[in-house]
Amino acid sequence: MTQEPLAIETDVLVIGSGAAGMYAAIEASRGGARVFLADRSLIGRGGATVMAQMTVAAALGEEVPDAPRHHYDDTIAAGRGLCDEGLAQLLCEEAPACIRELDAWGVGWARKDNHITATTAPGHDRARCVYVDFINTGPAVSKTLRTVMARNKDIRKAGDICIIDLVAGSGGEIAGAVGWHVGSGAPVTIAAKATVLATGGLTRLYRRNSASLNMGGDGYALALRAGASLIDMEFVQFFPIGHLAPRLVGMDPIMWDPFRYKLGGRLLNGRMEEFTSRYGSDEDGKYVLPRDLATYAIFKEVEAGRGSPHGGAYLSFEHCSAASLRAAFGPVIDRLAANAIDLTRMPVEVAPIAHYHMGGVIADPQMQTELPGLFAAGEVVGGANGANRLSGNAITEALVFGRRAGRSAAAHAKTIARKELRAANASAALALVGDGGDAGRDLNTASMIARLQAIMADEVGPFRTAAKLNRALAGIAALADELSDRPPRFAGALDAGFDLQRLEWFDLRNMLIVARAVTQSALARTESRGAHQREDFSQMLPAWRRHQRVRLAGGALQLSGAPAEALVS
Amino acid sequence: MSAVATLKIRRGGHGEPARWQTFEVPFEPGQSVLDGLRWLRINKDPTLAMRFSCINANACKECMIQLDGETVYACTARLEPREMTLTPLPNKTLIRDLVTEIAPPSERFK
Repeated sequence: MTQEPLAIETDVLVIGSGAAGMYAAIEASRGGARVFLADRSLIGRGGATVMAQMTVAAALGEEVPDAPRHHYDDTIAAGRGLCDEGLAQLLCEEAPACIRELDAWGVGWARKDNHITATTAPGHDRARCVYVDFINTGPAVSKTLRTVMARNKDIRKAGDICIIDLVAGSGGEIAGAVGWHVGSGAPVTIAAKATVLATGGLTRLYRRNSASLNMGGDGYALALRAGASLIDMEFVQFFPIGHLAPRLVGMDPIMWDPFRYKLGGRLLNGRMEEFTSRYGSDEDGKYVLPRDLATYAIFKEVEAGRGSPHGGAYLSFEHCSAASLRAAFGPVIDRLAANAIDLTRMPVEVAPIAHYHMGGVIADPQMQTELPGLFAAGEVVGGANGANRLSGNAITEALVFGRRAGRSAAAHAKTIARKELRAANASAALALVGDGGDAGRDLNTASMIARLQAIMADEVGPFRTAAKLNRALAGIAALADELSDRPPRFAGALDAGFDLQRLEWFDLRNMLIVARAVTQSALARTESRGAHQREDFSQMLPAWRRHQRVRLAGGALQLSGAPAEALVS
Repeated sequence: MSAVATLKIRRGGHGEPARWQTFEVPFEPGQSVLDGLRWLRINKDPTLAMRFSCINANACKECMIQLDGETVYACTARLEPREMTLTPLPNKTLIRDLVTEIAPPSERFK
């Protein structure tokens, strides 16, 4: 009982509708391409952009003199010797143009005295980070790009499309993709002259994370299975002060960062003592602590028995007046009050939370991946941020890389007369989306995802050892056995709408291979650098100032790039 | 005895007769209805269909359902230790269980 797939044909396929995907779609269309923009969730609603309440770094130089080379220097310094210089340069040089284009489109950057105002985020040498009040940056960016797309008839948009695999053409180039429509269960084929991966990162692999729950590393898995390599997969950025307690409903867990930009705030241990100076940084009421150091400091305090009641640290704004809190955050103060939080009278508890992924698909500064016809944009790209991303660079890279990828994809599409999906190359993926499944199987996919998130949080968090990482690999392998290689169909009929368990089966298929890539890379990197900290290899070693690559060969992940002397350990 | 919230949920796909199912989920003060639904899927019935993405940030607007006849976001509505009736949006096309077609027409696959 196989359904005939619904066949789409387009010049440029964009997978993912965060800022990178939407900007890519807009730019590809400006380049003369017909665009099909697919998202596994609703258009412009899932992913990371809409959750980004913080700032966007760009050397506008409107308030204080600035130039892209200063932004570049800070980006490189934060990356602990591992930034891809070409990508970092592109990011910094094109950031101002993207920020100004969004300004012209009406995003509403906060202004002072008739110019766009900026704040100094940690790691920047000057005020360089623009934002939309009140902590509304990501939603405003998302809405603006959606509105620009709505006026454009050459961009066809489709939510609820789960892409399961890229499909190769006759010469090994990427010729489109196979997926299914979650709303109806129908298989879908998309033939495309160029494809842009804009699927974001992998924070869903972790129990506590700061992005949307539909971001489980899909693009990394699609790229691996298509034969592309990933780099730097061991570098998962943890945001040090994710909200922990009391229970806070209706707010992003990373909301305390903008509070710290504007008001400083004091980070205290369970004994209400300042502690960051023990770890090499004296805050002195200002917010200057880099993310990797702050994460380290909080973990070590908790480990020493000096954590807050829920296992984190206290963040206090009790020294701020009600008037200054209100002036800085307006309606947000009311939302906190609805959660019974009065910052003038109580600290909140914070703890590190999975936030961003530095690693990803290899791409050059034209956003061309190793595979002809396949481009990548945004967080799914690896390398620009090295071992530790500078604050404010995530939305910047989404915009800059998205725009560049859209331009490159449109130019590539122009060189190709027509693209068809070859039946032989699409058949395996089509068999999978059309698989009626084993009705007798009782598989709790929601619980399996929760178990994977627990493994990753407990064993592949910011502080790693060989023992923990090996335990994680065993746990991931057990989950893969349980998943098996056929998608069950839970909702009954083949055409059942919104079979969430079937969607989760495809999610787990991706999440498990990506979890393996992160864990194996972390096990192989026998040093500590940036976001990757090994308790059994605590030094940063010059020999390791290099990228590890991961590729899939015969079902196994192959790593390369380690220095010769590290292989002996 | 620990407190529980009782979730009475309208189940069924498009064009199917509605069936009602009642689940008890653990209640802790401060939790959202979405917390209860996610607990239910992990621990009791993963076949329950619902939309959710940002979990508790009030950002994605995907988890719109009706609670006791009022339209709410499941991620911001508070779980309470009583019977709570959860139904899909009545003015949108039902897809399955609590999922309705909420995307604007120009952003749907067709």
